[in-house]
Amino acid sequence: MTKSVFLGTLTVAGLAAGLASAATLDDVKARGELNCGVSTGLTGFSLPDANGNWTGFDVSLCRAVAAAVLGDGTKVKFVPTTGQTRFTALASGEVDMLARNSTWTFSRDTDLKLDFVGVNYYDGQGFMVRKDLGVTSAKELDGATVCIQTGTTTELNLADWFKVNNLSYTPVAVETNAEGEQQYAAGACDAYTTDASGLAATRAAFADPENHIILPEIISKEPLGPAVRHGDNEWADIVRSTLNALIAAEEYGVTSANMEELAANSPNPEIQRLLGVQGDLGKMIRLDNDWAKRAIAVGGNYGEIFAATIGEATPIGLARGLNAQWTQGGLLYAPPFR
Amino acid sequence: MSDTHAQTVPFVRETMLPPVAPPANEAGVVRWLRQNLFSGPLNIALTVLGLVAIYYVLEGIVPWLMRSVWTADTLAQCRQIIAERWGEGATGACWAVIRERWPQFLYGFYPNHLYWRPTLTFVLLFVALAPILFGQVPRQLLWFSLAYPFLAFWLLWGGSIFLPLVAAAGFLFGWLAYGLAARFGTIPAVAAAALVPVLWWLFLAGDVSDDLARLTGRSFPLWLEEVRSDKFGGFVLAVTIGVSGIALSLPLGIVLALGRRSDMFLIKALSVSFIEFIRGVPLITLLFTASLLLNYFLPPGTTFDIILRVIIMVTLFAAAYIAEVIRGGLAALPRGQYEAADALGLDYWKAQRLIILPQALKISIPGIVSTFIGMFKDTTLVVFVGLLDPLKGITDAVRASTDWKGIYWEPYIFVGLIFFAFNFAMSRYSMHLERRLKTDHR
Repeated sequence: MTKSVFLGTLTVAGLAAGLASAATLDDVKARGELNCGVSTGLTGFSLPDANGNWTGFDVSLCRAVAAAVLGDGTKVKFVPTTGQTRFTALASGEVDMLARNSTWTFSRDTDLKLDFVGVNYYDGQGFMVRKDLGVTSAKELDGATVCIQTGTTTELNLADWFKVNNLSYTPVAVETNAEGEQQYAAGACDAYTTDASGLAATRAAFADPENHIILPEIISKEPLGPAVRHGDNEWADIVRSTLNALIAAEEYGVTSANMEELAANSPNPEIQRLLGVQGDLGKMIRLDNDWAKRAIAVGGNYGEIFAATIGEATPIGLARGLNAQWTQGGLLYAPPFR
Repeated sequence: MSDTHAQTVPFVRETMLPPVAPPANEAGVVRWLRQNLFSGPLNIALTVLGLVAIYYVLEGIVPWLMRSVWTADTLAQCRQIIAERWGEGATGACWAVIRERWPQFLYGFYPNHLYWRPTLTFVLLFVALAPILFGQVPRQLLWFSLAYPFLAFWLLWGGSIFLPLVAAAGFLFGWLAYGLAARFGTIPAVAAAALVPVLWWLFLAGDVSDDLARLTGRSFPLWLEEVRSDKFGGFVLAVTIGVSGIALSLPLGIVLALGRRSDMFLIKALSVSFIEFIRGVPLITLLFTASLLLNYFLPPGTTFDIILRVIIMVTLFAAAYIAEVIRGGLAALPRGQYEAADALGLDYWKAQRLIILPQALKISIPGIVSTFIGMFKDTTLVVFVGLLDPLKGITDAVRASTDWKGIYWEPYIFVGLIFFAFNFAMSRYSMHLERRLKTDHR
């Protein structure tokens, strides 16, 4: 009897959990706040300032989604997640979406029951070495000691790449990026390897950035993107559409500054549909027609966000590279808004 | 014959010689050095090696500390100032990061204009602890100590004062229920004392506090601005978790220790399995359980505060260790003490309270304080469940800003010093307590 009551409770709880996760949009609206999983602190991508306000490239995406859904880009609760807790936090419902520099891989998309809704940053693993080492290509790193963060995909990529190229290396295991920087700066290793965006930020922070070079080889594909729970397609559509709207806005030249003017005067029907002047796109994802307008108004379009958080004008100074629009030779390609 | 004798003793000393200073190499510093540092070839070698090691460490640290910069806006500025003052290539400490970000290390992201609340809570903590820690303080203050947890909760998290008041009322009702049911015997009294507060908290407390809060409105004396748990960080977080864990784990540990020595099979089995299970898993496992696994079991939509979850897990963890430390103290008591208590006709609880526990706890003080110190340091592990602890959480957040990226030692040193201050104080207090309670003449 007791056992059946217990099991019954569990079943109800399980069903309710299934129902709840099936309607993230309603949960978020009822809560009046978006729970967004971010990194505990990653230069340029997500970091709290001295007053605890979160800023950064990933953070801007959370704010855009909050603006689209709730009408206010500040109604976000940022949940700092670590590399170990991020996917479980999403799966267990603690966060509604994850914007945490996570690489979209086959197994994460399928086995871990996540849905990656797109790519907001195309990264790849690179190497940084001291200039006086005289190395100009990663293929000359035979026998080098390499500082590498343990337990990451970069560690596996490194092993794969050296094996494929028939080179030998000695790994120096480090726990965090900060420790890696410290070890590399202290000369404990010849080369430091991590994602190219991280290398650029690290190099910029050195006392003597001119004495270090980032080698041209990129040894892995790291498509970083926002993820949501598997099975809630409606919510996934909203997050995906928001990301696409930011990318498309840049392609069409819609910025946070000229948005109102374009909505009123632009002859381009694509812009009209994106900004909700024509058509009923917002209704199709259970939002109103101004959703994209609000999303763009928070931090601007993709290009504006990029420039403000990690672009060449910032101390991190990342070039657009692969993350340029397809019209500029990059990989950003938003589906048409119709 | 006497003449002969007089001649054979030409001189008889009549006064004592004044004491002569010992030879130079048998006195003062030289002697101390010879005895302690250079007493043999092995010790000479060890001393020289030790001195060389100390020299190398100081050679790195002292100039680095001497070249400290306290005023700068970014790490780059710090480096520039150091280069200007001490020449290109010089390295120095950049304490400007602490100067600019110390509120974050202490308060996390607690709103700036409310810093007085954690500060006041911390000061009042010592007022509440005084009657417990020191015998000379008036006993009446103990009432404040009892009220302190509720006051601290209200000050830290804010909201309506009625929530902690209504929660405290539960204990009052439990006490009243115990008094009323006592005439029916001990077991009904204990049952009533346990059941009434739980029923109160489960079914009535929430509504009552909401209604009271609505009636009185959101004005200052009864309402403080709410601060959510995700704003907690740095030492506010560490001390909140640490102090709650310490305060809750000691009574729980005592109960577990007594349970493990109990003759009642069920109680003993439960205590043993609890202690062995908790001691058998790492704290990180428990923290992950608290932060991730619990969400799967709880009904959806329940917001079970993450700090509360962590406090519960840390408390359970520390309680298991405390229980074993106290069991050691109980085992060290001579059997005669137990028999004497029985001979006096004391029942189990009176015997424990008046005779056994005071002695057992006194023996266990060093072990208990060690566990507390370990637990306080373990609060930094909450970084793994995404809470911003001072050592790594806040340090990483500070380091992620482009202004301070690349800074390494300074935040660690700062946080380490504060931890040292806390733990050293705890350790000295435990020594003081041992001296104060020393009644034997060993």
